[in-house]
Amino acid sequence: MSIAQDHDRGGWRAWLETEQADSPGQARAQAVWRAWRGLARNRAAFAGLAVLVVLITVAILAPVLAPYPPYAQDLASRLLPPSFEHPLGTDDLGRDILSRILYGSRITLMMAALVAVIAGPLGLLVGATAGYLGGWVDVVAMRVVDVFLSFPSLILALAFVAALGPGIENAVIAIALSAWPPIARLARAEALTVRHSDYIAAARLQGASRFRIVVLHVMPICLPSVVIRITLNMAGIILTAAGLGFLGLGAQPPSPEWGAMLASGRQFMLTNWWLAATPGAAIMLVSLAFNLLGDGLRDVLDPRDD
Amino acid sequence: MSATDVTTRTVARTAAPPKRWGSLLRATLRILLSVSVTILGLLALTFFIGRLLPLDPVLAILGDDASQEAVDRLTARLGLDRPLHEQFLSYVVNSLTFDFGESLTSGRPVIEDIARVFPATLELATLAMIFGTGIGIPLGVLAAANRDSWIDQCVRVISLIGYSAPIFWLGLLGLSIFYAGLGWVGPPGRIDIVHQYDIETWSGLYLVDSAIAGQWDIFADVFGRIVLPASILAYGAMAYISRMTRSFMLEQFGQEYIIAARAKGASKRRVIWQHAFPNIAVQLVTVVALSYAFLLEGAVLTETVFAWPGFGRYLTTALLRADMNAVLGCTLLIGLIFIGLNLLSDLFYRIFDPRTR
Repeated sequence: MSIAQDHDRGGWRAWLETEQADSPGQARAQAVWRAWRGLARNRAAFAGLAVLVVLITVAILAPVLAPYPPYAQDLASRLLPPSFEHPLGTDDLGRDILSRILYGSRITLMMAALVAVIAGPLGLLVGATAGYLGGWVDVVAMRVVDVFLSFPSLILALAFVAALGPGIENAVIAIALSAWPPIARLARAEALTVRHSDYIAAARLQGASRFRIVVLHVMPICLPSVVIRITLNMAGIILTAAGLGFLGLGAQPPSPEWGAMLASGRQFMLTNWWLAATPGAAIMLVSLAFNLLGDGLRDVLDPRDD
Repeated sequence: MSATDVTTRTVARTAAPPKRWGSLLRATLRILLSVSVTILGLLALTFFIGRLLPLDPVLAILGDDASQEAVDRLTARLGLDRPLHEQFLSYVVNSLTFDFGESLTSGRPVIEDIARVFPATLELATLAMIFGTGIGIPLGVLAAANRDSWIDQCVRVISLIGYSAPIFWLGLLGLSIFYAGLGWVGPPGRIDIVHQYDIETWSGLYLVDSAIAGQWDIFADVFGRIVLPASILAYGAMAYISRMTRSFMLEQFGQEYIIAARAKGASKRRVIWQHAFPNIAVQLVTVVALSYAFLLEGAVLTETVFAWPGFGRYLTTALLRADMNAVLGCTLLIGLIFIGLNLLSDLFYRIFDPRTR
């Protein structure tokens, strides 16, 4: 009864800011709330978050927002400079650049999300297993990670794409294959810290299998730092994806992927700058937003800097 | 560790200096062992990537209409009929002697091709490194010394853009502004076709060669062309170096010896450059070595934009033609360079930073 009254008086805010949490759920909610407050105070990080929210909205609403279909050619109005009808101009086939960029946000976000979905769990599983089991599993896994890390990520992705063949799906696989090792290393470090803790021992005494302990008890502990790490790496992932598109190894024309658009606008750079300038600016905006958000998240969750 | 421990250790160290060298030697051997394992892993990875190829290399060379006999003969010649572990073994032996096979497009050994194009990239990356370090370190120190001021914010924005902007886009913008618009720099390409056969090269680094030979008109042409791609390439390195310098310096500023130096009346400038900076120098070498390796990555994209006849463009051309020998040769070489630079900075660290002993 008294708890209900507290709710009435202070509302959610009081519940979230009270000194002593009454339940694990409340403690967890409070941690999220504190992180959110920290993020909201950090203006740069908040701006990054805002840009990303807008971008996701744009990607979802692309068919509504785009003034023209992304593939619609109109050779009569090719290479038009930015104007009222075509806010960002038209390309060499008379396609509206704004519409293409709006649709392109879908491809960029989808690639980034797919890479995160593949590389995140892969790195998490390898790292948590290596850290928890230790011994030769750990040695072998960390050697493999070292080998992958001895290439700059773009170079490794290039080699994989060369073997798999160009295209969006293969680009995603290639980037994911070069993105998981740092995540595995991080997850291993986290797993090492809980390896000898009491709750793991309790689970083991209850007869839980190694697999069960790794998946249900170790991996959830590693999850938060892995998520942050992926956010931090997202800017690099997007730049790599755009780089592959630019080199003609990722998305193929006529796809409105930004890197590929930039590559096809390149020959008109000196005469019709808007063809290449706008997709490049879009890439930079997204990567900047991820960098700002990642920096902010790190500041909020890693208070060592203070 | 108790006080007596420290004294005995110090005594032991001064009494028997060879011991230190012994431990250094042991550490070096351990590093070398771990490096050889990594290199073996590197070879396994590139070997594996080579096997991923959905394209049959024999059919790629002979075409679909080849007779069965010809296919068999080439399969045997390429060693593809042998068991996998034998193939891997000969791959390792060949690679360690820098025999990466023949390029399918040029018909020459891949290593010869790489040796021909590498100086162009080396020159570009080195100049970029000089720009990036020369600007990045002072900027980082400046930002740390004026923490949270407008200077710090400006440096932060500059380096954030360096992190976020796609390098190929910056290259295109740079070309259209500084070459087409203002005419301050030369066109894409490494050297004017007029000078192509006049330059006396022995190192392959055109700036060095033309300066030594006293061909100053060629030097001016080459410099006018290299300055923009090198600056663009340097931007990313500068962003990274300035940011790391800033955080290293801030770490030093928090130490007590800095307060002591300030308290005894040393000027701010003296404290920064005479007291704090020498202590971050070793860490900075690691950062610079790492960013040098990443410049090779940036070079792949920069060279495409600037029609630079270097390593990066060789790699991308090979990629587009599915020339796997060339691609894997380049990949392996970059991996080796990367490991080499890491190893060097690690050894440097051990030798010059007493804390790691």
